[in-house]
Amino acid sequence: MASIEFVRVTKSFDKQEVIKDLDLKIEDGKFTVLVGPSGCGKTTLLRMIAGLDPQTSGSVLINGKDVSRIAPGQRGVAMVFQNYAIYPTMSVRENIEFGLKNNKVGKAERTELVESISRAVGLYDYLDRKPSTLSGGQRQRVALARAMVKKPSVFLMDEPLSNLDAKLRVQMRIELIELHKKLGTTFVYVTHDQVEAMSMADTIVLMNKGVIQQEAPPDRMYRQPSNCFTAQFIGVPPMNIAELGANGVKYGFRPESANLSAEPGDELFSLRGRIATREMLGSETIYQVRSGSGAFMIKCREDLFAVDQEAYVGVPADKLNFFGPDERRIEARDSSYRDYLEALRGQRHG
Amino acid sequence: MSKAFQYTGLTLSYLLKTAILIIFVFPFLWMISTSLQTYRETLSYPPTLIPALPQWINFVDAMSAGPFPTYAKNSITITLSIIAIQLLVMIPAAYAFAKYRFAGKNVLFSLVLLAFMIPGQVTFIPVYLMMADWGIAKTLLPQIIPFMSNAFGIFLLRQYFMQIPEEIVEAARLDNASEFTIMRKIMVPMSMPALATIALFSFVSHWNDYFWPLIMTDSAAIRPLTLGIAMLRETEGISNWHIIMAGNVVLVIPILVVYLFCSKQIVKAFVYSGIK
Ligand SMILES: Nc1ncnc2c1ncn2[C@@H]1O[C@H](COP(=O)(O)OP(=O)(O)O)[C@@H](O)[C@H]1O
Ligand SMILES: [Mg+2]
Repeated sequence: MASIEFVRVTKSFDKQEVIKDLDLKIEDGKFTVLVGPSGCGKTTLLRMIAGLDPQTSGSVLINGKDVSRIAPGQRGVAMVFQNYAIYPTMSVRENIEFGLKNNKVGKAERTELVESISRAVGLYDYLDRKPSTLSGGQRQRVALARAMVKKPSVFLMDEPLSNLDAKLRVQMRIELIELHKKLGTTFVYVTHDQVEAMSMADTIVLMNKGVIQQEAPPDRMYRQPSNCFTAQFIGVPPMNIAELGANGVKYGFRPESANLSAEPGDELFSLRGRIATREMLGSETIYQVRSGSGAFMIKCREDLFAVDQEAYVGVPADKLNFFGPDERRIEARDSSYRDYLEALRGQRHG
Repeated sequence: MSKAFQYTGLTLSYLLKTAILIIFVFPFLWMISTSLQTYRETLSYPPTLIPALPQWINFVDAMSAGPFPTYAKNSITITLSIIAIQLLVMIPAAYAFAKYRFAGKNVLFSLVLLAFMIPGQVTFIPVYLMMADWGIAKTLLPQIIPFMSNAFGIFLLRQYFMQIPEEIVEAARLDNASEFTIMRKIMVPMSMPALATIALFSFVSHWNDYFWPLIMTDSAAIRPLTLGIAMLRETEGISNWHIIMAGNVVLVIPILVVYLFCSKQIVKAFVYSGIK
């Protein structure tokens, strides 16, 4: 069990700053997901926790203790790599056992641990196999078992599911959630897939270009995005965002927050447009509606409209989001919030 | 038409391969054949290819013409020591060059390559003087010490190590493995084909070495097999080719045996294309 803290951490590669003055607290026992587009520094952050690529300045604390001078193997962390990094010349058993041997765990205890862990991840029958004879999913389990057997206080996972096929990925997602529940240790999980982040996290840390954009539980991240980037990174399709007026303020709403109807409704925001595209996905249909103020994606339960038909988009006041010229969220308690609502009401029907 | 063409091509390719095979194998067969002939047969014209009666006694004669047990012991000691020491030096060096980042790495590696390009003929006099100076000229050491490091081996092994994913080494560090353990349990087992190849090349070149021991030795007690066999030539002023060839067969057998053991690994080393 351990909490992790970054204090004014900067990381540069060859003079190029990838992460600058980052502060972050990862709570003990939580499933924290680091998410963001490719190249935003997620792996870099994870590797700093592990000690594989130490920070250029600032400090990383594990359980309140500065670990800058502690070797990776002594930090009580285990890591699952994206490509699994299984030792190819060792059998499954030797792979799992390797860390224990290095930590001078006795033979009897080792055997017992390896067997119980391998049973837990479904590898018991494969203990004497070489990794090259295993499937992708089984290799993934070897990597997991190798991490689990050391009873680490922190689990680090770098896109562990990205090499699996879609079906197995969904299954492993559930298994990892259950594993976290069972172990109760701190999990730090990296992914570029917002769906994975939303479905697994207790807390999501969303990054872009080395800067933390928002740190929140999934539902808050979804309902109250703290800036335009978050609003558009989380959710498929992303939040609709458009300019409100000349002063750089923007308004936005989720595709499923809008009602689509043939007649104008009585919502605060109402806009007339034409259906440009229609994607029928089974349980829902996604329309793109084009209007004078831009194109909006609308998600509907029912499939009532056809392409080129005219329709009204309506959004109730409590589903509207506003972002300032700096792209930051404008909260409802903000004095200007009311003015922006009124401004939108004034633009009814576009 | 195209079928006939195809068969012609196939036939030509087999003919060519057979020709190459003969060119390479013939000297070997000639050596073995001569080693089993009588002195008279070796001089006969036209030359005999198959001895009338295999003269196994030639081997006994060759081996009793000098202190061959001593020569053999020296050859074995020298070659095995060189290989053992080379591996001890080469593995950590290649590991550092492949997986560490440190100041001056490229300069140091260039120096290694440079050493690889300097022929022994250039350095033998200063080396001999140095060995004499150290007072070890009358031991086997002058035949071992100059070859403790193998630049070609470091180069080849470094290339091989570089193909091993960084994450595997990092996973081992997170598994609390020491650098020594990483080399022994991960890098070395993953590089067996390369190590076998390097060891074999090293074995062949030092087992067969003639020039260096010729310069460095002045008594039978420290001479290797190659010199012993060369000296068969000088007995009684005439060339006893059958005896010399018997000696050569003895010299070559260990190389064949080692090659048979290593060949599988060597083929692997050349087709190696990364680890998934
Ligand atoms: N070893 C390295 N040397 C130089 N630049 C690096 C290195 N590792 C990562 N970077 C750079 O740092 C940035 C963040 O990389 P990374 O943390 O791997 O991103 P992510 O995991 O979020 O996709 C990228 O721009 C990448 O090019
Ligand atoms: Mg990454």
